Amino acid sequence: MYTLVKIELYKIFRKWRTYIGFAAIGVMVPIIQIAMYFEGAHYLEFMTRSFKDSFVFVGNLLNGYLIAYIILGSLTIHIPFLIALVAGDLLAGEATAGTYRMLITRPVSRMKLVFAKFIAGLIYTNLLVLFLAVISLGLGLIIFGVGELIVIKDAIIIFAQNDILWRFIFAYASAALSMSVVLALGFLFSSLVENAIGPIVSTMTVIIIFTIFSAINIDFFRTVKPYLFTNYMSTWRLVFDDPIDYNEIIKNCLILAGHIIGFFGITLFIFKRKDILS
Amino acid sequence: MQKVIEVQNLTKKFKDLTAVNNLDLNVYRGDIFGFLGPNGAGKSTTIRMLMTLINPTSGTIKIFDKPLKQKRNEILKKVGAIVEKPDFYGYLSAYKNLEILGQISGCDTSNKRIMEILETVGLETRAKSKVKTFSHGMKQRLGLAQALLHDPDLIILDEPTTGLDPQGMKEIRELIIHLAKEKQKTIFLSSHILAEVELVANRMIIINKGTTVVEGTVQDLLNATNLKVTFELDEIERAKKILAETQWQKKIESFGDYQILFLLEKNEIAPLNKFLVEQGILINSIVPKRSLEEYFLHLTEKGA
Repeated sequence: MYTLVKIELYKIFRKWRTYIGFAAIGVMVPIIQIAMYFEGAHYLEFMTRSFKDSFVFVGNLLNGYLIAYIILGSLTIHIPFLIALVAGDLLAGEATAGTYRMLITRPVSRMKLVFAKFIAGLIYTNLLVLFLAVISLGLGLIIFGVGELIVIKDAIIIFAQNDILWRFIFAYASAALSMSVVLALGFLFSSLVENAIGPIVSTMTVIIIFTIFSAINIDFFRTVKPYLFTNYMSTWRLVFDDPIDYNEIIKNCLILAGHIIGFFGITLFIFKRKDILS
Repeated sequence: MQKVIEVQNLTKKFKDLTAVNNLDLNVYRGDIFGFLGPNGAGKSTTIRMLMTLINPTSGTIKIFDKPLKQKRNEILKKVGAIVEKPDFYGYLSAYKNLEILGQISGCDTSNKRIMEILETVGLETRAKSKVKTFSHGMKQRLGLAQALLHDPDLIILDEPTTGLDPQGMKEIRELIIHLAKEKQKTIFLSSHILAEVELVANRMIIINKGTTVVEGTVQDLLNATNLKVTFELDEIERAKKILAETQWQKKIESFGDYQILFLLEKNEIAPLNKFLVEQGILINSIVPKRSLEEYFLHLTEKGA
C-alpha cells in the first residue's frame, strides 16, 4: 500500500494542475497581507466601530493572528475549488488518459488502487491546508507581529496572546477535515465518469448550492440545513468561541468524518463493479 | 496438453447489445493463438474480460487452471497484456512509466531490467523522453515493453502491430515467435488481419458478432480450404476451348473478360500453369486467394 500511495503522490505532484492551488494561495495570501499592512488600520476601525464608544482598544490588535483569522475565514470558501481540481482528476484522469487499462490489469485489487488514490488525495488536501497555515499565520506573524486576537461574533471576544496558537492548530485541523469532505465528494464524482471536467464542475456545483441553502435563513432551508455537509464546514470558527462548546465541535467533526467515509464507501462500491471501457 | 486459458459460455451484454455471446475457447501452453475477427466482433471485449477490466454477464474464465474471478491477482502476476491502444502517463518518461507499472506489479524494476526491456522493443535511446513526444508506433512498442516487464507466462496482445511500419511489424512478429519458441511463453494474439496471424500462430479462432465462426490449428484451417486462383490471360476464348477438353474444366469457377477463376489445391497451380504455357497461352498473372481469407474478408466487410 505504501508503494501505491507513493506512486499516486508522485503522479499528483508531476501534474501542473496540482500546483494551481499552492500558487493561488501563495499569491493571494501575501496580497491580502500587503493590503492589510497598508489598509489594516481602517479595516480594524470599521470592525470595531460599534464598540468604540464603550471600549478603549490598546496594544497591537492588527497582528499576525488577526490577519490569519481573516484569511482563514475568507479562503475556506474558495479552497474547495482548488481541492476539486485534483479530486476530480484522481480517477477520471486515468480514464481520460486511457491509463486505467494499464493500471487495472496489474495484480493489485481495485480496492487497493482506489484506497491508495484516496490517501494520496487526502495528503494533497492536508498539505494545501498546511501551506495555507504556514503562509498566512507564519508570514502574518513575521509581517505584523504577535498580539491579542479580537474576534467579533455575537459578542466581542479578545483572546490573550498565549491562548491563541493552539486554537489555530485546531482550526486548521478542522478546516483540513472539511476540505477532506470536498475531496471525498470530488473523488466520488470522479469514479462515475471518464472526463475530469465533469467531477470538478459537479463538486463545485454541489458546494455552491449547499452553501447557498445553508446561508438562507428561512424555515424551509433551516429544516434541511442539518443534512447539508457544508453546514459543518465552518466548524473551525467554534474553536474561537469562549467558552468552547466541545460537544458541538466533536459532533460536527464526526458528521464530517462520516461524510468522508460515506462518499469513499460509495466510490469503492461503484469502482469495484465498474466496467472499464475507456 | 495443459490449458492456459479456458473460456466457457462467455457472454457480455451492454444493455441491448450482446458483444460476446456464449464464446468458448481454449489456449494451450506454448500456443501462439490467433484471435481473429472483424472490427466489432467482440475481440476487445473478450480481452477486457480476460484482463478483468469488465465483468462478464455470464460464463467462466479459467487461466492457468484457476478461476479468474477468485484468483485474479495470483493470475495477473503471470499475465502481460496490451489492451487496445497502449496509453501511458504522457507527462512521464518511458522509463518512469515502466518503473511505476513494474512497482505496482511488484516485479524487478532495477535500472538493468528496465533498460533491458526497453532494448528488447528498441526504445533504449528514448528511455528518458516523455511519452507525450512518442509516435503511435513507439507507444505500441512501449506497450509491449510493459507487457513483458514482469516476465509473464501468458502474453495477451490486442492488435500489437497497429501503427507500426513494415519493419516494426516484422520485428514484433519475430519477437512473438522468439517469446513462444525460445522463452516458452504462451501468446494470445488478437488481430483483424488474417495474414498477420497466419505468419505466427499455430492455432486460431475466428469470431464474429461475439460467437465462434471457426476454430482449429492454422495448418488444418488452411489445408481444409481450397485456393481460389485467378489466371489473367489475353486469349480467353482459345483458353476456354483448350481447357474444355481437359481435367481442368471441372476446376473452373467462372470466366471474366481476361481472367479465369479456378478452385485449386496448392500443388495444382504449377501444373496448370505449365499446361497453359505449353498450349501457347501467355499468362499475365496468377493470383491465389484462399477461401478462408475470402470468408474472413467477407466477415470484415460485413463488420465494417
